[in-house]
Amino acid sequence: MAETLQNPSVQQIAEYLWHRFEDKAVVTKTEERRVYAKVQKGDIFDVCRFIHDTLTFEHATSVLGNDMVDHLEVVYHLTNYYTGVMIELTVDLPTDDLHIASVSSIWDGANWHERETYELFGIVFDNHPKLERLLTPDTYEFYPFRKSYKLRGQP
Amino acid sequence: MTGEKQNLSIDNGTMDTDKMWVIMGPQHPFSHGLWTLKAQIDGEIVTDAEPIVGYLHRGWEKECENRAYPKIIPMADRLCYAASMTYTHLYCLTVEKALGIEAPEKAKYIRMIGDEICRVQSHLMWLAAVGTDLGNLTVFLWAMREREYFMDLNVRLCGARMTTNFTRIGGVRNDTTDLFDRDVLRCIDRFEKAVWDIIALIDDSSIFVSRMRGTGYLTREQCANLGITGPAMRGTGVDFDVRRDDPYSNYDKVEFEVPVLKDGDSYSRYLVRIEELFQSCKIIKQCVQKVNALGKSAPYRLKVPSKVPAGRAFARIEDPRGESMMYLVADGTDRPYRLKVRSPIFTNVSASKPLVQGSRIADVPVIMAMIDMCLGETDR
Repeated sequence: MAETLQNPSVQQIAEYLWHRFEDKAVVTKTEERRVYAKVQKGDIFDVCRFIHDTLTFEHATSVLGNDMVDHLEVVYHLTNYYTGVMIELTVDLPTDDLHIASVSSIWDGANWHERETYELFGIVFDNHPKLERLLTPDTYEFYPFRKSYKLRGQP
Repeated sequence: MTGEKQNLSIDNGTMDTDKMWVIMGPQHPFSHGLWTLKAQIDGEIVTDAEPIVGYLHRGWEKECENRAYPKIIPMADRLCYAASMTYTHLYCLTVEKALGIEAPEKAKYIRMIGDEICRVQSHLMWLAAVGTDLGNLTVFLWAMREREYFMDLNVRLCGARMTTNFTRIGGVRNDTTDLFDRDVLRCIDRFEKAVWDIIALIDDSSIFVSRMRGTGYLTREQCANLGITGPAMRGTGVDFDVRRDDPYSNYDKVEFEVPVLKDGDSYSRYLVRIEELFQSCKIIKQCVQKVNALGKSAPYRLKVPSKVPAGRAFARIEDPRGESMMYLVADGTDRPYRLKVRSPIFTNVSASKPLVQGSRIADVPVIMAMIDMCLGETDR
């Protein structure tokens, strides 16, 4: 499966992901121009490389973190410029091991999104070129967007 | 000059220059907001650059977790003062997706009118800023004057100039009036003629054009990979517009063109934004007709529950500056569990280094002006 698909349809994307990764990247839902998938933590880099190289998703719209209290999540939104299709990848991270491979060597645009997720949630992106605080001061020793960090008036 | 080399001959072969870091900002005429560009220069040439943002970080996303859904609408206005309606539109779209409802037809068209008015006024704000960056102060004054007419349209539509608080979850706050229809057509007819005066001020002068032509060059692949979106991307040859390729509201029911230029320099980004002004006017005129065709009795707002069922939803729209997206995690209460904003400028400014690298230090303001900085949405 070395050829590239420039205009993959939603069905083709789901089939390709299944053939290539089977249960490592499970497509949970498809809609018009949307594919939702759940990816295992260790495979995110391979899945992203495949999506970028073979399915020609040239643009990483966002990389964001979620604190679900019992675990954390990283959610990737990837865009194909030819068809307008968007893939949403969700990766679960256990709270005791907040390491995940960085995808900023695939999409340069993911660089700052990963830095932001790191400083706000404390999720460490391995092999990131410059994983430093971006929006908050360098002296902060806490991660303000975690649920354990309470705002005034927050229960 | 380094301390060791005290050779004062002017033979270029023995000349040695030290690289120097120049800190531009946060208070600098080119920055248009609070941010810093650290540029490393070798003589006149920029060899390295690093943008620094975060001066306006106020934890917007965290603040939202503490507020009921309708109370976030005025906060979304404040993300970007130049295009407030696009952000409230985006927020309401996201919540509507999580609720599984759609706004009435009429509300969709009124929202599009609001979006396009904001796009015109945001682009005029940008044109004014470009005027000062190029050293042409008349452009600044004339563009701000034109922008004021579109502000007046906002007043006619919803009573406020900038932070409009107009879009509602499930529709819009009020219907359009006959006075608004009259004013919007007058304003656009006038604007489509008057804007040529401003364009002529820049385009008829080889000095201003030569400052833009050939600077800030990127290839199509670089631009896509760096995540640059919006007019800056379409001026670099990427043929993508969320309004056309991933339509929301009723953008698939109106006719408009997406300008794309393949040159990839500052001048083509400038031309793309100018053409977008005319396309926005075209969309507004069609939407006004569609709203009137629906009649006065058509509904413009739905009743919605205050609690959003547990689930996730995201929406994206074409902001004047690029692609913006919101991602919502709802937990069944009347407050969002998590609300993430993807701001176009946040990613565009992260691409400063490849944009300015290799250009002259004097060209940096013009190159960075083409991504139209807005710090309210960047730092959130």
